[in-house]
Amino acid sequence: MVSVATATLDDVREAVADVPDPELPFVTLGDLGIVRDVQWHGDAVLVTLTPTYSGCPATEVIARHVVEAVAGLGLAAEVRTVLAPAWTTDWITERGLKALRDNGIAPPHQGLVAVTLGRHVPSCPRCGSGGTEEVSRFGASACTALWRCRSCGEPFDHVRPL
Amino acid sequence: MTTDGALATYCLRLGDDALVMSHRLGEWVTYAPQIEEDVALANIGLDLLGQARALLTRSGELAAGDGTGAGTPATEDDLAYWRDERAFTNVHLVEQPRGDFADVMVRLLWFAAYQHALYAALTDHPDPVLGGVAAKAVKEVAYHLDHATQWVLRLGDGTAESHRRAQAAVAAVAPYVDELFTDDDLVTGLADSGLAVLPSSLRAGVETLVTAVLRQATLDPVTPTWHARGGRAGVHSESMGPMLAVMQHLARSHPGASW
Repeated sequence: MVSVATATLDDVREAVADVPDPELPFVTLGDLGIVRDVQWHGDAVLVTLTPTYSGCPATEVIARHVVEAVAGLGLAAEVRTVLAPAWTTDWITERGLKALRDNGIAPPHQGLVAVTLGRHVPSCPRCGSGGTEEVSRFGASACTALWRCRSCGEPFDHVRPL
Repeated sequence: MTTDGALATYCLRLGDDALVMSHRLGEWVTYAPQIEEDVALANIGLDLLGQARALLTRSGELAAGDGTGAGTPATEDDLAYWRDERAFTNVHLVEQPRGDFADVMVRLLWFAAYQHALYAALTDHPDPVLGGVAAKAVKEVAYHLDHATQWVLRLGDGTAESHRRAQAAVAAVAPYVDELFTDDDLVTGLADSGLAVLPSSLRAGVETLVTAVLRQATLDPVTPTWHARGGRAGVHSESMGPMLAVMQHLARSHPGASW
């Protein structure tokens, strides 16, 4: 436990990175790659985040959780949102990709997405089969689509590559 | 008008297009032919709302800095909920009533194709917020465009009834297309300084794309006999007022309410 008086910027970075995503609580903000910057702002801390999608409804909840996490170190935080450079699913860390898969969500494939949206078929996060099909192009959250495995029959969420 | 003032209006136009389209898409929830489309149209609307929030906020900041706004910047909520119809600068295309499912998909095909070309051209805009919105939104809009394309193909090249309705939708939207690509003094002035994309410069590419989708969907492009205009100057069609009455009702009935 870090004492209030000795909290460093690294402590703050760690605390912010450990905040869970409200919609996918098994991945953290650090895993998602949405923390752009943490720096001193007088006696307080300025945390810069970038949203996954412009209209992601979780953005404001995330900002509140970041303020609470930093308050746990005895510091006040201000959260700023920037859009550029635009977030891409390539910024999800290896740990984040694994956490998604371990929790039944097919992670996005990595690498540039063709503008023509050449179809990538995710493998089933439950049985590993490549025989899957898209059920709905939009899923339960702004960043997912709904897929189904033809081998094990299970539906699953797939984080859309962006 | 100063450059910042003109840029504030430019951001407002793009933001109003996104905001009003977002509201119309939101009206589809519980009305789409399948629950997946309720979710899809709401999600597309959510992306557009995110774009609108950033653009309206930026517009308020630029107007305040220019001295044309009230000293403190108008917020996104001030602009969305407290302007009257004549102050909205969106094109007529986005304010049209819901119509049927073919109507929304053909309208979305045009609008997403337009937005995709527009945002792609604004990615390197010198204003960091506008450039940032464009770079982010161009990727989101590519997905909207793909979604609309898939549905127009399915409806046009589907059953006799879906084809009939899709063809009617192509005719219904046709008069509203021209306004998307119409230049005026404001954009011409900004474009001269590299601060705006001339709408007319996007026309050929967008028309080629949409026409190719329509042809593949066995639909015929329709040349309209009249063109809607006036949206950028705040002159709107009959359906705009009732739409705003719904969109602004909560904020105006309970000023300052929050949760």
